[in-house]
Formats: sequence, structure tokens, C-alpha cells
Amino acid sequence: MSGVTRATLIKDLRLEWRSKDAINSMLFFALLVVVVFSFSFDPIAEESRRIAGGLIWVAFLFASVVALNETWARELRNQVLDAYRVSPAPANSLFVAKALGNFIFVCVLEALMAPLFIVFYNLRALGPAYQLLIVAPLGTWALVVNGTFFAALSIRTRAREIMLPLLLFPISIPAILGMVSATTAILSGENSARFYIVLLAVYDVVFTIACLALFETVLHAE
Amino acid sequence: MTSGAAQSSPIIVVDNLIKQFGRFAALRGVSAEFVAGKMYAILGDNGAGKTTLLRTMAGLNHPTRGSVSILGNRNLREICGEIGYMAHPSLLYDEMSGMENLRYFGQLYGIADEERCRAAIRAVALDPELERPVGQYSQGMRQRMSLARALLNDPKILLLDEPFSNVDLRSAREMVALLGRMRNAGKTIFVVTHQASLLDGAADEFVWMEAGRIVSRTESFERVAREMGEDARSSEDMEKRR
Repeated sequence: MSGVTRATLIKDLRLEWRSKDAINSMLFFALLVVVVFSFSFDPIAEESRRIAGGLIWVAFLFASVVALNETWARELRNQVLDAYRVSPAPANSLFVAKALGNFIFVCVLEALMAPLFIVFYNLRALGPAYQLLIVAPLGTWALVVNGTFFAALSIRTRAREIMLPLLLFPISIPAILGMVSATTAILSGENSARFYIVLLAVYDVVFTIACLALFETVLHAE
Repeated sequence: MTSGAAQSSPIIVVDNLIKQFGRFAALRGVSAEFVAGKMYAILGDNGAGKTTLLRTMAGLNHPTRGSVSILGNRNLREICGEIGYMAHPSLLYDEMSGMENLRYFGQLYGIADEERCRAAIRAVALDPELERPVGQYSQGMRQRMSLARALLNDPKILLLDEPFSNVDLRSAREMVALLGRMRNAGKTIFVVTHQASLLDGAADEFVWMEAGRIVSRTESFERVAREMGEDARSSEDMEKRR
């Protein structure tokens, strides 16, 4: 990790620690999804295993949009992003730091929400549970790498809160499919999740490379 | 007033620069040469194109047509380490202290030296030990901290957009004196301002812009005051009243 990436990541974590803007909104939103759906469906354990994969990832997807918007919103206050743009620091260092920061925020959210999901939906994995430890980071990275990129793309648009989901969700469909199918397969134990894990890994590699290749153009666009 | 070194060859060449935002032309064919080691005051009414010219020289705006060449290089990304830019907004994180801000921005320029950050803060007459977040600074303190950020990388060229706005007269004069010392040390300084009288005796040249063009350049503040007419006088009166 380069010095600029480390400095930017530490700065972002410090700002979030002081303001707690993103993490509070994400937690509140994810908590609402868990509680509202559990009361709406009141599913039995078997049903839970079938729908939980979708519910978990939809909750994390919508909650992470809050963090993704906040990441760049704080760079727009006082036009601080211009200070980065006039410096010789590489654009990709900023992108990697922002993506890692968002990854950490969403991982913290997942760690806090996972016990609640287990309790509210009476979840117990019938498949190899350790695979969830592979699916979760791969799925989270798929969300944040594209999310960080498209959030940067939409910061200069007037309705950026609406633009981000409009841009992010369609391109995330293969990743969402992979995350939901893999999680459902692990929880229900009916199928192997291996194909979906490979799909997620390939998706992550392809989109990380694409975002890194295009980010400098996005950063220095007017 | 100015250092004698390296003044003959232009350090910045602006060639037929046109900048359009949609159908609005903010710059309409600006051509000018600026030599090293001088302080230029860029003056003009609101919407004259001063800030757009400065942002284009900083590499933040891309020319629609024409070019800007700095230190003989048209690719401004390659020489951005030689430029210090201060915008109208502070370009600082409100939630962090001045020192934390400068420590971060220093790392963007490969500066890990804490003492250099402290020196930049002291140079603008602020206390580096101040732990208050920048968001709690007065407007004048924020302006000075913003100037400290622009000075941090010890740039050859300083581009300052409205550095004296909302700054009390004494602090503004201190900032002018600091800029004068830096100019004497060989730096080339551009100051966009509506308070031209502050730079009387400090700026080497007054550049007057109107409707996206440079319409006059003069070394005499008297001439500027005549051309600005009421604007300059009212600005001076305002300062006297303060």
C-alpha cells in the first residue's frame, strides 16, 4: 500500500470516527430491514434459509449506498477534492483508499448485523458455513469497488443520491446474483456454492482492474 | 522590489485560451506571458473570468481551445508539484485540526516532515499546537490556514483566489507582507482579488480582466484605481472605515 493510500485511508477512518455519519446511517437502515422483514414474513427455519441470502445482501447493498455517497460528499465540502486534484498524488491511490475505507465500513456493518440476522431469522447453515467467510468479503468488495467508482462518477451530478443506485445496481446484478445464490446454497446445503464463489472472484478482479484503469479520467473530469 | 534572478523568460505562457461552460464563454481568447519572480494582481468585475483563468492555470479546468504552458510544459499534471493553489473555499477538512490537515496534504506531496508543516502554519501567523478543528476557526484563520496549505510544498508558483476575503485589515496586510517576502525570494505569485488597494506597492503588475479577456496590464496602481473608478475608491474607503 502506498504512502498516499495509507494516509488517505487513515484520514477517512479518522473523519468517520469523529463524525460517524456513514456508519450510523448504515446501521439504522440495515436494522430497519432486518426488523421489518422479520415481522412481515415470520418465516419458519426452512423458509428463512431460502430467503435469507437475498434479504441479507439487499440490506447490505442499500445500506452501503449510504456509505458510498458519504465517502465523496465529505470531499466536496470546502472543495477539498480540488486540493487532491492539484497535487502530484496518483489518482488510483485515492481510489484504493476510498474503496478500502468503504470495505471496512461495510465489513463492520456485516459483523454487527450478522448476529441479528441469525437471531431474527433463526438461521443455521446446513452447508459448509466456512464458505460464508469467503463469500462475504468477495461480495462486499464487489459492492464497494463499483460503488466507490460510480459514486465518484456521480458526485458532480445534481441528484447524486439517486444517480448512484441507478448506475450501480444494474452493473452489480451478476455480483448480487453470485452473492445471493452462494449464501442461499450454503445456508440450505442443497447445492454447491463453488461456482458462485468463482463468479464473484472473477467479477471482483475484472471490475477492480476496470475501475483502476478509468478512475484517473473520472477524477480529473470537470 | 523584485528579485533580479530569472525574470526575463516567461514562466507561464497563456496562448489564445478559450474556456466554455456549455454555451457560456468564461475566457474568450486570453493570451499573456508572465515572468518569474513577480507578483501579479488579477482584477476585474464578477464574471470577468479571473477564477476560471486561475483554475485553468492550476490544471483544474481544461481549456476548450488554446493552451497554458507552465515552466515550459503544457502537461500541467507533470509540474503540479511546483504550483500552490488556494481557492475561495478553504480546501480543508473541517473536522481535522490545522496540523492534521497539513500532515495529510503534505503526504500528497511526499512531505513527511512535521517541522515543515509547523513552519507553514507559523508563516501565516497561526499556532501549530492549536487542536481545535478547522471548522471552529474564524473565517480569517481559515483563510490563513488555507494559505499555509498552499505554501506547504514550497511551490515556485502561487495561485491565490481571493486570499483576503473576510480577513481583517491587519491580517490582510500581514498576508500581503508575507507574499511580498515570498516574491522577493523568487516565487511567482498570482492574486485574484477585489481589494486591489491592498496590493498597492506590493504587486508588480495589475492585470485587468473584462468579459473573459485581459484588457489591460499596468505596473501603476494609480492607473488601476482610475480604471476601476468607484470600485477602487469604495474598496479603499471600506478599508479605512475598518
